[in-house]
Amino acid sequence: MSERISAVLLVAGASFMLLAGLGVHRLPDLFMRLQAATKASTLGVGCLLLGVAVHFQELGVTTRAVLVVAFLFLTAPVGAHLIARAAYAVGVPLWKGTITDELRHRRRAPEQATADGQEGAPIVPPTEKSDAP
Amino acid sequence: MSYGTWNMTELAPGVALGMVGLAMLLAFVRLVRGPTLPDRVVALDLMGVLAVGMIAAYAVATDQPGLLDPAAVLALVGFLGTVAFARYLERRGRDE
Repeated sequence: MSERISAVLLVAGASFMLLAGLGVHRLPDLFMRLQAATKASTLGVGCLLLGVAVHFQELGVTTRAVLVVAFLFLTAPVGAHLIARAAYAVGVPLWKGTITDELRHRRRAPEQATADGQEGAPIVPPTEKSDAP
Repeated sequence: MSYGTWNMTELAPGVALGMVGLAMLLAFVRLVRGPTLPDRVVALDLMGVLAVGMIAAYAVATDQPGLLDPAAVLALVGFLGTVAFARYLERRGRDE
């Protein structure tokens, strides 16, 4: 029974990781890719390590698995937030279908310098060429 | 478990390894193609987490619980690398 639970957890975790890889490969924009990579891969690694703990059923292994999961659950959001902040500050272009950008006045992209201080100015579409579909 | 009827439990670690490996390949494609440097940082971060998952699946496939220690170290180092890259990006953006 526990073998089956472990197998299901392993395959479920690997599926989430595959989803994360697919999201990073296919999504059009850095910030979408970032959320796919962070959330799906965190859940995937949680499921996988839970499957490892169920498979071995030893105190030492369970402790290590819980340690790794706790560490990743704490650090993955922090790392993703840092990257997103840095990328936004540097001026990575948003997807052209983005409808709101509430921080655009603080953005330092040169092509948006004319929109500075004007409330309700239209969002300038990204000029940098992207391979988005 | 009963033999002969349903040995999904024996296949599971291998299937998990294959799926995580495919995800690793997709992340690597993004790492090579990624139009900007933050894209590459995201792909590298994801690859670190995927490597942790791969080690976990391999530990189950080969019945070696000791492999979890490298997984813990990899998780730590991956986070440090991401933070360092993010800070570097932000500082470079301010300086130029």
